[in-house]
Amino acid sequence: MSTFSQSAATALQLISAFEPALWTIVGRSLLVSGLACLLACGFGLALGAWLGVARFRGRGACLTVLNTLLAVPSVVVGLVVYLLLSRSGPLGGLGWLFSIKAMVLAQALLVLPVVTALTRQVVEDAERGHGEQLRSLGAGTMLRGAMLAWDERFALLMVVIAAFGRAVSEVGAVMIVGGNIDGFTRVMTTSIALETSKGDLPLALGLGLVLLAVVLLLNALIALLRGWRQRVENGATLSLAGNVA
Amino acid sequence: MGKLMRLRDVGLHFGAVTALAGVDLELHAGERLALVGSNGSGKSSLLRVLHGLLPPDAGSVAAEPGLRQAMVFQRPFMLRLSVQNNVALGLWLSGTGWSAARSAALQGLDRVGLRELAGRSARALSGGQQQRVALARAWVRQPELWLLDEPTASLDPHAKREVEALMAAFAEGQAGRPMTMVFASHNLGQVKRLASRVVYLEHGRVLADLPVADFFNSQRLRAVSGAADLFVKGELA
Repeated sequence: MSTFSQSAATALQLISAFEPALWTIVGRSLLVSGLACLLACGFGLALGAWLGVARFRGRGACLTVLNTLLAVPSVVVGLVVYLLLSRSGPLGGLGWLFSIKAMVLAQALLVLPVVTALTRQVVEDAERGHGEQLRSLGAGTMLRGAMLAWDERFALLMVVIAAFGRAVSEVGAVMIVGGNIDGFTRVMTTSIALETSKGDLPLALGLGLVLLAVVLLLNALIALLRGWRQRVENGATLSLAGNVA
Repeated sequence: MGKLMRLRDVGLHFGAVTALAGVDLELHAGERLALVGSNGSGKSSLLRVLHGLLPPDAGSVAAEPGLRQAMVFQRPFMLRLSVQNNVALGLWLSGTGWSAARSAALQGLDRVGLRELAGRSARALSGGQQQRVALARAWVRQPELWLLDEPTASLDPHAKREVEALMAAFAEGQAGRPMTMVFASHNLGQVKRLASRVVYLEHGRVLADLPVADFFNSQRLRAVSGAADLFVKGELA
């Protein structure tokens, strides 16, 4: 217990003193996971929205594969990307192995099924409730998917946050394809693993606290956004009720 | 009167459930057809087949080429957009440019008496107001055939009267063009006030198809269908 409290106190000192070693790692983590999320959301939101409204032969099998990919361990994704990017692999010519690009690619592949599957579920539920009316207005499959995804944008924001949370907190994939090189590919999770094994608990704990704070901040932002939206809509309802009265 | 649509021996099934069976129906320009029957009798399914939302698995549906249709549902879906944009969307999806659609939307909102709410969030409106927005969204498409699925069923009496008044006004037609209206309803008073012809459905079959005066004449209705007569008596009791 005393080790924990001492480590926590030192960790807080490191954070408040803006220790460069710590904040460089934090910045790199946010950059890698942010870019990976951007990439995965670009594809995953569109693909998930389409899957939510499209009906085609083999859709059931497609969804089963997608849902299976949700549970793929990050080390397996890391291994696959490693094999793709290694010198003898099909993408070896890119020379991305042990670079930020490889880490972004690995994390993007890791969270792509999360974004796609959750978006598909949100849009499919909306389609079940309202798709018929949009079809009645003349909206085709692609347009309906896009409109329903836009209409459910607040629910999809949660999907984006969940994807970012998965990306920023994983360690296996970035460790394999990034190599945890100091000052180059070291991120919060790989750093926590390394510092813990070295016995430097304050730095590991400091990074852990920052990691928690990042996720907490994102959730707080979403809660604020949802609250604001609800207040706007309720305010409009009350104001209308006043007009009627 | 010109024939707008013709259904021949139309059947529709959802798994083992029969929604429609052997339905023969002709729709003529300018008539106001009410579909009545108990819950699950096939009224909504028939409206969806007429609108092309559900393809029948038996029989045929023939419509006048280029027939413009619009459908209004019991619980209208409003996107998280302003009232004006929700109405404009209906027109934009049928190929009109966005700014022209937005201008036409204001006219539509004028028509249903909601122009002052054009900038409000459509989701914030009451059920009755949303149904009027849905009517405006249909109206701007200038349909020749209106299909309405129990449009007043989930509204309070005041909103019900407002929506019914709009339905009656729309049934008069636009710019000298006759308007054809098919609506499903449980409200026999509304049927009496709005319809020119009534179709009674039971278990997906048409058991009576009569002019409104004959439908509400017990003797004439009983001669066609005892079940329909019992239904009307039960509803009016």
